[in-house]
Amino acid sequence: MDFFDRFAIPHPSPVIYASMVAIALTLVAIVAGVTYTKKWGYLWREWLTTVDHKRIGMMYLISALLMLFRGGADAIMMRAQTALPENTLLDSQHYNEIFTTHGVVMIIFMAMAFIMALMNFVVPLQIGARDVAFPRLNALSFWLYFWGAMLFNISFVIGGSPDAGWTSYFPLAGNEFSQSVGTNYYMIAIQIAGLGTLITGINFIVTILKMRAPGMKLMKMPMFTWSALITNLIIVFAFPVLTVALAMGTIDRLFGGNFFTTTDGGMDMLWANLFWVWGHPEVYILILPAFGIYSEIIPTFARRNLYGYKSMVASIVLISVLSFVVWVHHFFTMGQGAMVNSIFSITTMAIAIPTGIKIFNWLFTLWKGKITITVPMLYSLGFIPIFTIGGVTGVMLGMSAADYQYHNTMFLVAHFHLVIIPGVVFAMLAGLTYWWPKMFGFMLNERIGKLSFWLISIGTCVAFFPMFISGLDGQARRMYTYSEATGFGIWNMISFVGAIMLAAGFVTIVYNIYYSTRYASRDISSDPWDARSLEWATHTPVPDYNFAITPQVNSSEAFWDSKKNGHKLFPGNYKEIHMPNNSGVPFIMSAIFFVLGFALVFSIWILAVIALLGIFACLAHRSFEQDHGYHIPVEEVKETEEKLGGARQ
Amino acid sequence: MKELFPRKQVMGFVFSLVLTIVALLVYFLDMSFAVGMTVLLLTAFTQAGLQLIVFMHAGESEDRGSIYLNIYYGVIIALLTVFGTLLAMIWGYV
Repeated sequence: MDFFDRFAIPHPSPVIYASMVAIALTLVAIVAGVTYTKKWGYLWREWLTTVDHKRIGMMYLISALLMLFRGGADAIMMRAQTALPENTLLDSQHYNEIFTTHGVVMIIFMAMAFIMALMNFVVPLQIGARDVAFPRLNALSFWLYFWGAMLFNISFVIGGSPDAGWTSYFPLAGNEFSQSVGTNYYMIAIQIAGLGTLITGINFIVTILKMRAPGMKLMKMPMFTWSALITNLIIVFAFPVLTVALAMGTIDRLFGGNFFTTTDGGMDMLWANLFWVWGHPEVYILILPAFGIYSEIIPTFARRNLYGYKSMVASIVLISVLSFVVWVHHFFTMGQGAMVNSIFSITTMAIAIPTGIKIFNWLFTLWKGKITITVPMLYSLGFIPIFTIGGVTGVMLGMSAADYQYHNTMFLVAHFHLVIIPGVVFAMLAGLTYWWPKMFGFMLNERIGKLSFWLISIGTCVAFFPMFISGLDGQARRMYTYSEATGFGIWNMISFVGAIMLAAGFVTIVYNIYYSTRYASRDISSDPWDARSLEWATHTPVPDYNFAITPQVNSSEAFWDSKKNGHKLFPGNYKEIHMPNNSGVPFIMSAIFFVLGFALVFSIWILAVIALLGIFACLAHRSFEQDHGYHIPVEEVKETEEKLGGARQ
Repeated sequence: MKELFPRKQVMGFVFSLVLTIVALLVYFLDMSFAVGMTVLLLTAFTQAGLQLIVFMHAGESEDRGSIYLNIYYGVIIALLTVFGTLLAMIWGYV
């Protein structure tokens, strides 16, 4: 029985047993449902093996929404536990596990996936390409992410979740203090998902540099594409650091290495250093695409072109460089001297300059614009004040002398939620609503959408503003409870109310998707927002090949020019179109990665060796495979175009 | 005949062999840690540059500009990371 003991939960509770049952029932329901409706073949042919950037984008989107609710459930439990002093809803171990998984799930598996979803769907369309540069690799990226996320999510029913915080600092995360396999899950699941992200980074840089429509010079790219390019550049330079740090952590935990131990020449704080060398650029990996989305939405609904295009580009490039030179501000109190802290304080504050430029550019775009308040625009307008509050408190935290007061308190928690929620979540919801008609062929209901916006934005403020106060009063983050005498009770109760409002907001979003799927009109144009960039120039639903004729571009708003200034977007005639073939290998290989990860987490070496051999077999298969894609003949293109509503000019 | 002879590649190959031998000398000769590390770092980076330019044709396509820009960006980020880490973890640590 020794072998099976390791899979037991070290710290079981009724909630965990309930989730086990829930997971098992969901799996049974999915399998039974797909079998009953005879959809296995459809699922395999159309989705699991697809290399189409649009479908991969949609799968990222579904996964991100699922993970949003997974991380949200953790958040609600945390807020419920701390709502009252000396509450016993959760014990300390369970609380440690949920704040750890909340952080990891929200950053790595929700926010990143959401960004990937929108980048995958929009970027190739915005630059007038047929697909990304390496469609097969793109599928591999998604499935590595997906199986990494699955590996991480089974942790709380098999073997125990990681409990050392989403930062997983050593020596706490070392074997001595974290004896359960939880932190192994952290090291290996993030490694697998991170590989996928790194591959996406390379894929999109090549796509954007090499596959733009003729005439689209770098300085004529739409702003979302610009932000995607810079984001992927940061990914390519930041993620290898995470890969190395996680590998070192894995060696420490599984093979008795001493990189981060406190003895035998190990350096525990080196983990914190490497983590944040990746972690701070990661913040900008999350925020830059959001900036790009706002830069698309604000001009569309203010009916003006984006103010200060060149300064927008310059500021994201500057942010990308600065994002690599500020990481020490995450551990000002670690013990380095005043000189080091001063340097990193100054670089940190310097980031406020390019960010401020962007904020002012958006305001100037709005100024004298004919503003229509739609749901995407509401999120963009709500973003500016809330993000500014979060950003200004960030400058406070960036002052190293003052940071000794704020460090590790709820003040910090309030700060980073007030930048990440308006900066990333608002942007993703705005982008989701904005591009939804292009993805699915109908619009989301505006009234329910506005209700969601108000619930979420007010909920955000109610949930996180009280933390500034309790944090300054001395409430440390990650405390599972506190005594009544501290006086933190009232602030945490208000915060809990805000968390419920947020949850209600996200439920209304799901209801909106359900409601609009059932009742929304399918009779919409391919450009329902009267927008400005190329993705709106093709049909809805977007045909496999995106554009029948490669668009000709002469400005950053080529589609707008074609509508208003008589620019001819699609010159020439239909030609045969070359498209990539579907492949099941990315899915299979990533599933084997999941097995490998599972074997490593539990140190089942024979299984790990078999899985590794399987991965090499997949790689070898790809090396010897002859795959030249397929061609869509002119007649078929013509037929599709006519069916979708006539040729585009 | 002169145009057919890959002069640049042969010279590059010889030079990379020389660099390898120099790096190996650190092991075979008795030198101080500082001198040894300096020799290794210099030969390693020269070798990497040589491979990129001569054998991976970094400067021979129309993408020359973006390839070099990417390399410079990468080098800058790597230097900032390494020296920043040394600064935070060792030199500036009180």
